[in-house]
Amino acid sequence: MMSQNEIAISAQGLKKSYKNIPVLEGVDFEVKTGSIFALLGSNGAGKTTIVKILATLLKQDSGNVTVNGFDVASKPGNVRQSISLTGQFAAVDEILTGRENLIMIAKLRHLKNPHPVADDLLKRFGLTDAADRRASTYSGGMRRRLDIAMSLVGKPPLIFLDEPTTGLDPEGRMEVWKIVKELAGSGTTVFLTTQYLDEAEQLADRIAILHKGKIIVSGTLAELKKLFPPAKVEYIEKQPTLEEIFLAIIGKKKEEN
Amino acid sequence: METIKNYFFRDMGVMLGRSMRHILRSMDTIITVTIMPIMFMLLFVYVFGGAIKTGTDNYVNYLLPGILLIAIATGISYTAYRLFIDMQRGILERFHSMPIARSTVLWGHVLTSLVSNAISVVVIILVALMMGFRSSAGVLSWLAVAGILALFTLALTWIAVIAGLSAKSVDGASAFSYPIIFLPFISSAFVPTQSMPGPVRAFAEHQPVTSIVETIRALLSNQPVGNEIWVAIAWCVGIMLVAYIFAMRAYQKRV
Repeated sequence: MMSQNEIAISAQGLKKSYKNIPVLEGVDFEVKTGSIFALLGSNGAGKTTIVKILATLLKQDSGNVTVNGFDVASKPGNVRQSISLTGQFAAVDEILTGRENLIMIAKLRHLKNPHPVADDLLKRFGLTDAADRRASTYSGGMRRRLDIAMSLVGKPPLIFLDEPTTGLDPEGRMEVWKIVKELAGSGTTVFLTTQYLDEAEQLADRIAILHKGKIIVSGTLAELKKLFPPAKVEYIEKQPTLEEIFLAIIGKKKEEN
Repeated sequence: METIKNYFFRDMGVMLGRSMRHILRSMDTIITVTIMPIMFMLLFVYVFGGAIKTGTDNYVNYLLPGILLIAIATGISYTAYRLFIDMQRGILERFHSMPIARSTVLWGHVLTSLVSNAISVVVIILVALMMGFRSSAGVLSWLAVAGILALFTLALTWIAVIAGLSAKSVDGASAFSYPIIFLPFISSAFVPTQSMPGPVRAFAEHQPVTSIVETIRALLSNQPVGNEIWVAIAWCVGIMLVAYIFAMRAYQKRV
């Protein structure tokens, strides 16, 4: 048994429907403190719905969800105190400069010294030169970096990244990956959703695959690889990629249904 | 959350500072909300004014209240626009996932609307003074004018909030304001209603703008306001309450 403060997120029997259309049909998972957890799934699988429930933007229909030990339904204020959300679309204020964006968030987090906090993050994310330009002039990669930097203001112990590299060019993608790895290195828990299998393979300590409203499999990459039908291993030489595992598992589920 | 309550006004101040920056950095907004009403004023005073018989010798005095209402009606369309953009760009979600009272986001926009409209009203009054506007009103009357304009701004701002929250496109977010901008034209703002044909006159005399315009005009020229001021206040407060309820409902649906 893991002790309470080793678990950053715990979801049990999480259900959510939109107008009678079930999106989540009993989702269970746990995320260990300090780890990178990747939620993998196709478009429309319900990844963003899960993130929104965890970040207190949406209420679940049923099921127990705790984030950093706080129940999301009954203690949303405490949850918000301990998380940061980087949504699917870079949530930066385009009319403000990069620096102003960071200072604004620092003020809203009621930090005592917003200006040095902003300077530090600008430096860390390679945005010092662009700090006094409006965010609307930033490239996609820079905007995403600013977006993630805004999420790190106040050093929340848990950050949600909802498809952080969607729409980025390969270079921007690599930059984000580097940031995520550094984050985890400094002890921050990262909850990541992605539809890119190599992203999960690159970054995550644990991977959960969401399909048709349920987590159909979860574990470390090594554990997932073991699930790959052994009979097939005899016919191929290379190790299965996560992509093959993903498609094989989903295909198997389809047959069962 | 006790701490969130303690920070309510500070957080709202941050929100206000943010959207005031938006306004000051957008030439488009400044031109539309102050320069356009001023152009209207110039046009009506120096082009049409000679042909309009209002029974007063100073047409700027007659016209100013209506111009102020047009400026406010234009100004609030930007509140809807900014709210819509916030929602689309995901920054609203960021704010909502932070430990701040969610209503500060909305109140920040409402407060911005009050402050920015007050600025454009002051600018327009200064231009009117240069064009020959004179008022014999005392401090109390000016305060009453400010109060009515603030109520009018609030009433329209809450309508703008509904539009901003429920719009499907940027154009839709601000389109609702066109009929409101047009309302002063079918009122006693530019010409006395007596010159209008029956049905139009009936509409003009019973729509909110006329009572508001008449009240402000009476206050500014030191005339008795009579019952008109209560009709004006009732309209503003009534619209404000109904719009507020629907705006809050739209907000709950969104969050």
